[in-house]
Amino acid sequence: MKQHTRILIGVLAAAWAALAVRPAAAAEDLVVDLSAPVVAITTGFTGADLLLFGVVGGPGDVVVVVRGPARNETVRRKERIAGVWVNRDQIVFEQVPGFYAIATNRPLNEFATPEVLFDNQIGVRSIELKPKLKNLDPIEVARFRDALVRNMQHQGLYGRQPGNVTFLGNRLFRTTITFPANVATGTYGIDVYLVRNNKVVSWKTTLMTVRKFGFEAGVYNFAHRHSLAYGVLAILIAAMAGWLASAVFRRA
Amino acid sequence: MQIYLPIAELSVNVFLLLGMGGGIGLLSGLFGVGGGFLMTPLLIFIGIPPAVAVATEANQIVASSVSGVLAHWRRGNVDFKMGIVLLVGGVVGSSFGVWLFTLLRHIGQVDLVIKLSYVAFLSVIGGLMFSESIRAMLRRRTQTLTKRHHHYWIHGLPLKMRFRKSRLYISALLPLGVGFVVGVLSAIMGVGGGFVMVPAMIYMLGMPTVVVVGTSLFQIIFVTANVTVLQAISNQTVDVVLAMLLLAAGVIGAQIGARFSSRMQGDHLRGLLALLVLVVCAKLTFDLVATPQDLYSLIDTGNHR
Repeated sequence: MKQHTRILIGVLAAAWAALAVRPAAAAEDLVVDLSAPVVAITTGFTGADLLLFGVVGGPGDVVVVVRGPARNETVRRKERIAGVWVNRDQIVFEQVPGFYAIATNRPLNEFATPEVLFDNQIGVRSIELKPKLKNLDPIEVARFRDALVRNMQHQGLYGRQPGNVTFLGNRLFRTTITFPANVATGTYGIDVYLVRNNKVVSWKTTLMTVRKFGFEAGVYNFAHRHSLAYGVLAILIAAMAGWLASAVFRRA
Repeated sequence: MQIYLPIAELSVNVFLLLGMGGGIGLLSGLFGVGGGFLMTPLLIFIGIPPAVAVATEANQIVASSVSGVLAHWRRGNVDFKMGIVLLVGGVVGSSFGVWLFTLLRHIGQVDLVIKLSYVAFLSVIGGLMFSESIRAMLRRRTQTLTKRHHHYWIHGLPLKMRFRKSRLYISALLPLGVGFVVGVLSAIMGVGGGFVMVPAMIYMLGMPTVVVVGTSLFQIIFVTANVTVLQAISNQTVDVVLAMLLLAAGVIGAQIGARFSSRMQGDHLRGLLALLVLVVCAKLTFDLVATPQDLYSLIDTGNHR
């Protein structure tokens, strides 16, 4: 009897341990990596594609969210004054991601409710965009918020449609993240979520950088750090070019 | 072939830029204008931020003016004394203009002011040039002579100075004022101001036509150089890569244009230029008045870069 009790306790303990360990194991069962941690903006830069790949430990759907460096963004609305369209009302939004794109293995509404998406800021409708000033008319804020998203989409900085996450077998997945040529420099956060039964059971955050390199970086940094010298040099180059053109064509 | 512009922060087709530089250069050689008033709207049209377009165009004009002034200087067609007086007004005006530009950029109205200035000036200048060239064509048929020197109240102003090369004895306030106005325009609109300066020199100051273009170019070099440095310091919007591309094609276009221009009649040339100015003006007016596709816009206040 004692022995039986001991075995039973042992089995129960093992089962309990297995159950207790399960969530911890779930947190571990998502591995993600990028084909390159840096997108380099060089002279010929026309945008870039990055390959993101990973392995899931269990069943579920994968959502990839890419977020660019945040900054304040001013949205203005035009109004017609004396026949001419003039910028009038404005709202400044704080911490607006400069880039936002998602990718999923199947349509979001097939595996997650709007609440789950909203809580995790998945999808352009769920990005948290707060106006700098409080006590604004919420209807107006919503209009300006929509306009902000629309303009960012127009510039190609916010994705219109989710990209595709492709599963290769049951565990291995991959997706391509596309950056347009006008992408902002800075640190980008890539969050990968594993959604099971309408719950985020696991997630991983990977960082990557968009940087100007070589000549482009040199010109940009020079213009910003030594503005006066840059201006003077720009004039000297222009004057030299003008003189050269005149000299060449006089001979010809 | 695409090239990434480090200051404008976008990627543009090299051949498009070279084509624009060459095309505007051709027109500028043909008509004897800087072409800034055409290039800046065109740059904005292809998506270059207005602030970068204006500042970069000032830099490009430095080059085209240097190239142009050397040719006039060799022929002795530059009135340096007049040029320096205009230039003093121009440097003050352009410094004020850059300050105004920075202020407008912060309150988000810079695009509107750039476009309104263009509409105002292009319609006035285009209209005047067009009617003048029509009259000149008619006059040539009837062969009447007109008086070159008119006397207005402005000739009674103090601080008179003698300008030998221009054969003028006028108040220094006059060229100072003209220089100031053109300087402000040059900073706000990203133009050399030749299209305002040349008529002002002929009709307001009464300078002989031979020295007008050379003298105008001479002072434009310094005014646009001032604009370039000030824009570089206060807005960091001068894109040398963009300027160099436009310039390389521009100088070649200008030389070809200058050769064509010697085969055409002056009145016809001015009439054509006036038409071109009016077309650009009509397009800009339409953009201001027509209902935009999206009433909401994100404005580059220059704070986040």
